[in-house]
Amino acid sequence: MLIETVNIVLLALLAVTAIAAVRLHDLFAVAMMFSIYSLLAAAMFVLLDAVDVAFTEAAVGVGISTVLMLGTIGLVGRHEQPSTRRSLLPLAVVIATGAALIYGTLDMPFFGDPTAPVHQHVAPFYITGSPSQTGVPNVVTSILASYRGYDTLGELAVIFTAGVGVLALLGLRRRKRPGKEETTK
Amino acid sequence: MTLTITLIALLVTMALALIRAIKGPTVYDRILASNALGTKTVLMIAVLGFVVGDPELYIDIALMYVLIGFIGTVAVLKVSEFGNLGQPQSRTDPEDT
Repeated sequence: MLIETVNIVLLALLAVTAIAAVRLHDLFAVAMMFSIYSLLAAAMFVLLDAVDVAFTEAAVGVGISTVLMLGTIGLVGRHEQPSTRRSLLPLAVVIATGAALIYGTLDMPFFGDPTAPVHQHVAPFYITGSPSQTGVPNVVTSILASYRGYDTLGELAVIFTAGVGVLALLGLRRRKRPGKEETTK
Repeated sequence: MTLTITLIALLVTMALALIRAIKGPTVYDRILASNALGTKTVLMIAVLGFVVGDPELYIDIALMYVLIGFIGTVAVLKVSEFGNLGQPQSRTDPEDT
């Protein structure tokens, strides 16, 4: 009961933060709103007992993406351009797509329904087998780190390659510049 | 009972800090409000650890959040002070001056 109340309050704060991020025009404040949004979402993931997802959300949402957005604001300026065009057609497209998506969910089983096919296929195997097979107390962690270990390793390789590529694009030019100055001096 | 009162107080404080972060006329109001909100979230997770009955795990998570929130705060303060996060063009080395 107490946990449900905390969940509802956190969801209300999330909605308020999202609406504020859309309505504010100072991009600096919007970046901070996104940071607050990620923090609240990570707290909700902790409440849902998905600790790994919460760690990822906190590290990416609160840490890295805030830094990236602030770096972009430093380049492009911190005030939003006022939009003069009327955007009725995009609004209609968005509403039609949203209505179609909601119509598509009507066939699906209810959220959290234990008899849904997705909870009957392999989930009982993981839930019953993961403590004895992997020794990890958290089911989500055991799936990410043990059952899907090679998948996670591949993802890490992709991310590492992307990071090395970005460093090769950005870092080399920056290294050369002080070196040139030293030679001219 | 005590934990319930603490949780309610923390949630109310988070809501107040969020209102200040949205309304805040100056950048510094927003920085302070979002920092306070981060602290309150961390405290709430720690209290929830005692509610759920697994305080060790939740306090570890709370400590991690403090560290990550510090990165965001430092970035926000740096942008508000210098206007950027240190581009190579605008960087002033101590050796140049």
